[in-house]
Amino acid sequence: MTQQQHVLDLKDLRVDRGGVPVLRIPSFSLSENEFVSLIGPNGAGKSTLLLSLLGLIKRQNGTVSYRGREIASPAELLDLRRRIAMVLQDPLLFDSTVFENVASGLKIRGMGRAEIKNRVMTYLERFNLTGMAQRSARKLSGGEARRVSLARAFAVEPEVIFFDEPFANLDPPTRQALTDDMDRIIRDRGIAAVLVTHDQSEALRMSDRIVVMNGGRIVQLGTPAMVMNRPVNEFVANFVGMETILEGEVLSNREQQMAVLVAGQEIDTVGDEQAGDHVYCCIRPENVTVSVSHPDEKSSARNLYPGRVAEVASMGPFLKLRLDCGFPLTAYVTRESFAKLELCEGKDVYASFKATSVHLIRRRVA
Amino acid sequence: MDVILEGMVKAFQLLVSLDHEVLGIALLSLKVSGLATLFSLVIGISVGTLVALTSFPGKKILVSLVNTGMGLPPVVVGLFVSIMLWRNGPLGSLELLYTPTAIVLAQTVIATPIVMGITIGAMQNLPTNLRLQILALGATRTQMVWMLIKEARLPLMAGVMAGFGGVISEVGASIMVGGNVRGYTRVLTTATVMETGRGNFDIAIALSLILLLFCFAVNYILTYIQQRERPR
Repeated sequence: MTQQQHVLDLKDLRVDRGGVPVLRIPSFSLSENEFVSLIGPNGAGKSTLLLSLLGLIKRQNGTVSYRGREIASPAELLDLRRRIAMVLQDPLLFDSTVFENVASGLKIRGMGRAEIKNRVMTYLERFNLTGMAQRSARKLSGGEARRVSLARAFAVEPEVIFFDEPFANLDPPTRQALTDDMDRIIRDRGIAAVLVTHDQSEALRMSDRIVVMNGGRIVQLGTPAMVMNRPVNEFVANFVGMETILEGEVLSNREQQMAVLVAGQEIDTVGDEQAGDHVYCCIRPENVTVSVSHPDEKSSARNLYPGRVAEVASMGPFLKLRLDCGFPLTAYVTRESFAKLELCEGKDVYASFKATSVHLIRRRVA
Repeated sequence: MDVILEGMVKAFQLLVSLDHEVLGIALLSLKVSGLATLFSLVIGISVGTLVALTSFPGKKILVSLVNTGMGLPPVVVGLFVSIMLWRNGPLGSLELLYTPTAIVLAQTVIATPIVMGITIGAMQNLPTNLRLQILALGATRTQMVWMLIKEARLPLMAGVMAGFGGVISEVGASIMVGGNVRGYTRVLTTATVMETGRGNFDIAIALSLILLLFCFAVNYILTYIQQRERPR
């Protein structure tokens, strides 16, 4: 990727707090239209990274460039902040009406009254807030307040948007509705985005790339499938969980009985996705059954694949098997079964799992 | 009982007939204390905001001093301002002692720590991340400070009430630096003290009623604004 396609470039970032280094990022960049998720435990430096990109916290070292131009002067920094919107963890609304809140970024930019009104109305509508324009921001529910803070950020029509866990502490349906609204607007307008999240399925569903952070450093950076299936070290493996995550494409859906094409093979699943949709198939290792001979045809497990044991790792009371079935598949077996089946690396086996144990996540296609 | 009743009746007569002298005293009080409150707002809010939003060594001591200043005894301020304005004092050449300006000065000294203390408290009570959010919205520093002051407007109004209430009802400093000169530096409180001393309770009651009315009016207006602003 050439330098021109990068919206944001960060080089040699170092942030210390009280003399202790909290963030060390040699380089990070964000491309046009790209959606990047930052995941990692608390204190990994995810929020600090976003804040330092906007110059909102003091950094000891590091340069930020916007579309190839380095941000040096205070005027350039202000200009940068007017192109990048940020939604913080708390809604942090102003003590005025919903309308005034959504208008605040536009007023700061000195936009005319009529134009502000048009723009605010557009974004109130997009976030289903039209009827609430004149309500006091202090009287909103948690979900409503988040919607207002999102509308406020999007109303300035930013080129890039940062989200710092904007959906924390929301109930799942509200969360789902908000991420859908957000995702739609980001795609419609071709905004590049960085999302800090603790929710892996959220990261999978929306991201082009996932950045795993720990202890102020980037531990791994790659496509969701790469990060989830090929963790570079134990920390990432433990952090992302050990689910098998496979990229696939829906072949057919008949009354929610679906076939998904994964690495040239069909996997039967259940869901609402339509033929042609790109998805991730997530399979938990405890749901995968391993046998050495072809199992009974009458099993309720719709998915059966011949494969080979590629790797065995001890996980305390049980063992983790990495199977190669034409696609990678992780399974857990107890030590007892392991011995009984005389399993070892290189052994030919059959892996099976039920169609209902495949969790589907719709995937963005670049 | 007669004293009170007669006093009340005469006081109302004085008020209804808009007695020239009483009216003059009331207007001067309003002007002097209003100006002092205004000056204390300008100084108190700007310095208070600066103190609240920056960190520097000795900040805790400064905030403690300001909070102590919120209860500054008016006679101490009167003494201090008198010394400053004394003929051969540091500001003696300005010849301000026993002028309305001297009262404004003393009352500003009394009200400023009150407004400043309340401002610091109000600003520090705002969520820490609000500043980051405002800057992230693309605000300049000036815009950010203005938006923060707007966010803290309700407690700041309490500061205005406390400041004005403190200076319009204070007597010690006014009498010391103003001298209670008839028709020149005589304000509601100093006049009440003098008339009570002379046994002219009717005039004293009339003056006190006006004083109460002022306090009530200012507080009523500000409470009205606060209630309208506060979400129900």
